[in-house]
Amino acid sequence: MGDADRMERRRAVAADRVARYERMVEIRAFEDRVQGLFAEGRVHGTTHTAQGQEAVAVGIAAAARPTDLVTCTYRGHGIGLALGMTPEVILGEIMGREIGCVGGIAGSMHLCDRELGLLPTFAIIGAGIPVAAGAALTAQVRGTDDAAIGVFGDGAANIGAFHEGLNLAAIWNLPVVFICENNQYGEYSRIDLTTPIEDLADRAASYGIPGIIVDGQDPDQTVEAVSAALDVARSGGGPTLLEMKTYRYAGHSRADKAEYRPEGEFERWYERDPINTFRARLESEGLLAAGDADGIDERVAARLKAAIEVVEASPPATVDAMFGNIYAPV
Amino acid sequence: MVRMRMNQAVAAALGDEMREDPDVVVFGEDVAVAGGPFKTSDGLLEEFGPSRVRDTPISEMGFLGMAVGAAASGLRPVAEIMFIEFLGVALDMVVTEAGKFHFLSRGAFTCPMTVRASIGAGLGFGCQHSQTMENWMSHAPGLKMVMLSGPQSAYGLLRSAIRDPNPVVVLEPRALYGGRGQVTTGADGIIPLGEARRVREGDDVTVVSAGAMVKVALAAAEASQDWSAEVIDLQTLIPWDRDGVVSAVRRTGRLVIVEESPYTSGWGTEIAAYVGARLFGELRAPVLRITCPDVPVPFGRELEQRYMPNPGYVTDQIDQLLVTGRAPDPWWVGEGRSA
Repeated sequence: MGDADRMERRRAVAADRVARYERMVEIRAFEDRVQGLFAEGRVHGTTHTAQGQEAVAVGIAAAARPTDLVTCTYRGHGIGLALGMTPEVILGEIMGREIGCVGGIAGSMHLCDRELGLLPTFAIIGAGIPVAAGAALTAQVRGTDDAAIGVFGDGAANIGAFHEGLNLAAIWNLPVVFICENNQYGEYSRIDLTTPIEDLADRAASYGIPGIIVDGQDPDQTVEAVSAALDVARSGGGPTLLEMKTYRYAGHSRADKAEYRPEGEFERWYERDPINTFRARLESEGLLAAGDADGIDERVAARLKAAIEVVEASPPATVDAMFGNIYAPV
Repeated sequence: MVRMRMNQAVAAALGDEMREDPDVVVFGEDVAVAGGPFKTSDGLLEEFGPSRVRDTPISEMGFLGMAVGAAASGLRPVAEIMFIEFLGVALDMVVTEAGKFHFLSRGAFTCPMTVRASIGAGLGFGCQHSQTMENWMSHAPGLKMVMLSGPQSAYGLLRSAIRDPNPVVVLEPRALYGGRGQVTTGADGIIPLGEARRVREGDDVTVVSAGAMVKVALAAAEASQDWSAEVIDLQTLIPWDRDGVVSAVRRTGRLVIVEESPYTSGWGTEIAAYVGARLFGELRAPVLRITCPDVPVPFGRELEQRYMPNPGYVTDQIDQLLVTGRAPDPWWVGEGRSA
């Protein structure tokens, strides 16, 4: 649970495809368990889970360095885990405990880990887009070869911050990669009801930057696409918009059963489930032997079970945490 | 000491901070090539170059968001909002992002950004370019906010704002940009945040003001032969100098607050409530707030002047307070309007 564990988790995802697979399994199991804990009444408030979007999360984590700052949405558990945060600190935050990554004063929508490059995640749609451009401005002004990554959903592509952020990043040629997790729904509304074009990547043309469609269900493709865009950014080539086509298995938030989805839509996407297809590929390549996947499932389940025990034993968020960080000391 | 206009003092503070700290960058609409619509960044592009001094598109949400990201990752951005009303389209970035980053990171990230904005009435810009809007942000934990009252105040407070590790909003009364004064530059000219400044001594009443109203309060105090007023420039609105104001009012026994903003829910109500709660038995008169009426800023010259507290009106209000021992009604009650 300490720093070493977090950095090691990051290194593993960066270095090894089987580790990426295991992390995807962990994200899926974590999100399923979070929904369960809410259903059991053991957590209050709300939460937004990301089952189905695991390949995007590991793609970002495998391609980025910890010094590349990432802005992410309130649907951030998966990306947090992928970047290396532990189940304990994320679940602790979701459950409002002292062990949480922000001490339990922030909640499910607000994860943060400076050492791993995760800025406080954003609960305001689109806000992280210009903020990522700002982190890229720091790299440009200081002359480092770090880059920034702005992650957002398809719903954010209709808010002003998206257009202002992409425009600014383009005119200043900033080292930033904008990653749209197009999971087909902005809150409760299907994308075709809110957006007049099929591919959000097309919007990059308005800003004169590359807009690339990526299969967000294939972790090999997400890693490759993010790596390539980061290379462009680091070498002075400016921003890229990556549209990751993916699918949100759960509803928007805890209370949403997603009954507005057309019949058969989930099943069609599930045929290309990112975990199932990646497992089959790793097995066919001989990287996973018979029984390995079951072992991973068991290891992940055991870690999660232990994590829940650790979190439930952690004291609730403290008054000190509430008052302690309003202003930085002068 | 150098004699300069307030806009030149702003540029001098920016230049001195940029010389001392390579992480200070300046951006906003027309701040680079044009030197700022009010010439508050004149000469910076020539001295510091296009990497650190940048013109932005008309894109407040975008460039204030960039300021948040740049500040969290190590720069000290100073972003200019040409008219405070333009902050309305980007308030999220200041109140909900910048003001919460330290809290939401358990102290791991700081957000040392400065947002400068011109404010205020008196120049005939109409009601969408004449508000002060400080009360939009006086209710937002995580932010600091100062209001400039002249050249020295501009130089000293802006330097402190840029150095502060927190997001600081700097409100600059547009009507004061052309006013000249002697300015102490360098380290001795820096004014710490959170401290009010007594600009005139007096015994009968403490007048607390900020921004363009400091000059009005001073002129009102100078005009009276019957009473002597202590005038305080609050300087920092958040966090305001509670101890300084309370101890001043404890000495005079009377508190008058002069604000250039509508009556309802102004920052003066907070000061009145705080001081009233602590000095209830010691006050010799009710707390009096002298403000603008609850109307949009009017355009017509005479009306616009009447909208804002002016020295004659302030003197008259304080006269009535001291003579009757009661808080007088504002002028618009005499026009048949509700208080």
